[in-house]
Amino acid sequence: MRGDRAVRALGVAALAGMIATVWLGLFVTPNAVGYADGTVRLLYIHPPLAWVMFIAYGMATLSSLLYLWPRTRHARFDRLAGASAEVGVVFTGLTLVSGSIWGRTTWGVYWAWDPLLTTTALLFVLYLGYLAMRNVPGDPDTVARRSAIAGLVAFLDVPIVFFAVSWWSLHQGPTIDLATRHSYVHGSMAWTLLLGFVSFTLTYVWLMVHRYRLAALRARESDEGLESALADRWAEALQ
Amino acid sequence: MLRDAALVCGKDLRIELRSKIGLNQVAPFAATVLLLFGLALGPNRQALQPAAAALFWIAVLLSVVLAVQRSFAVESADSARDGLRLSGLDPAGIFLGKGAAIVAQLLALEALLTVGVALLFGAQLSGGLVLLGTCVTASIGLAAVGVVYGVLSSGARVKETLLPLLLLPVAAPVLLGATKAWDEALAGTPGQAGVWLSLLAVFAVAYVAVGSVAFGPLLEGA
Repeated sequence: MRGDRAVRALGVAALAGMIATVWLGLFVTPNAVGYADGTVRLLYIHPPLAWVMFIAYGMATLSSLLYLWPRTRHARFDRLAGASAEVGVVFTGLTLVSGSIWGRTTWGVYWAWDPLLTTTALLFVLYLGYLAMRNVPGDPDTVARRSAIAGLVAFLDVPIVFFAVSWWSLHQGPTIDLATRHSYVHGSMAWTLLLGFVSFTLTYVWLMVHRYRLAALRARESDEGLESALADRWAEALQ
Repeated sequence: MLRDAALVCGKDLRIELRSKIGLNQVAPFAATVLLLFGLALGPNRQALQPAAAALFWIAVLLSVVLAVQRSFAVESADSARDGLRLSGLDPAGIFLGKGAAIVAQLLALEALLTVGVALLFGAQLSGGLVLLGTCVTASIGLAAVGVVYGVLSSGARVKETLLPLLLLPVAAPVLLGATKAWDEALAGTPGQAGVWLSLLAVFAVAYVAVGSVAFGPLLEGA
């Protein structure tokens, strides 16, 4: 396929970046003061995971908009939205898991009803529903249009959920305020975190390329599969 | 557009009045949910009273799924949806009409459930205006998002399982806002419910606007 070598190079770069992040994060960087033993090492993966989640959902929303806009309507934007939402859901799950582990070691519980955490959890189920809807079979154009609108409707909910949950937890009494926790990231830690961001972003792009290709191949298979089946029937009838 | 909406709303409500599905199935379902909550939380009124608002709105939310499913089951019988599409009615009008019919049914159901929480859970009904305002704005929001997802999933073969999965997470802010507004009203501080009422209003306006625009293309593809 076109660009195979570039994609392979991208995959190797993402893998190398990931290994380097793990090595630097676990063995090279110092333990930070003020953190429970070793938990600072979650810092190198948790923010990059959340960052990829944001770009994935941003990409899915942008692609849905481009699909709905008559001038840019093309099946490629539908595939892009589907692929990005799928990768986004995986990274949301990983963000929640890494956040929970952090919570267990820092706050003593796996789950606190913190606004960010609660919004992320709702985001997770919201997009699980979106993916479930995408997988419902039907006419490709109908499914694409339906999915694009559902993607936008889901995205519209995100700010409303965030404000609602923020006010709600405000009324519950004090929870953990991330803004007041002053942690200074410097030296080898800053570089490791930066490397984390870069390698997770590369992983996102690599996964996207593959999911997109798979979607394109599936579409081609259903098109050509029908044509070849028709041709077979014709050949049978004419014999 | 408003005339079309009134037509569709009248049609849906007439069907409901004649078939009595809402009266015979949805309302008893909501009452059952309230009873089950009572059983699960135990006979202690001290435990039930503070949870009254939350249980009320969970019961409403579960009933919305049924009401929306019912609203689109009506259209799928005898290919009524094709008739609706060919009728030349404004899609935004159809959306508003179907939504208004659901709002009317929800308000009737909420009146019934209010009596239920007062009797079963011993909730002291104070701040009547806030209670009513919450019911109206929350019902509009729920109906709007319900109709959007109803038409989205109506064409699918797996609509019974798809609709709750799509609808319930999106409706989470309504559950939050309405429960909090009711909590304030029932606690005798209805003045503090303002922020929650405005959240419900923003939700309702946003989804009525999106639904009015998106309903046409969605109906075409359903």
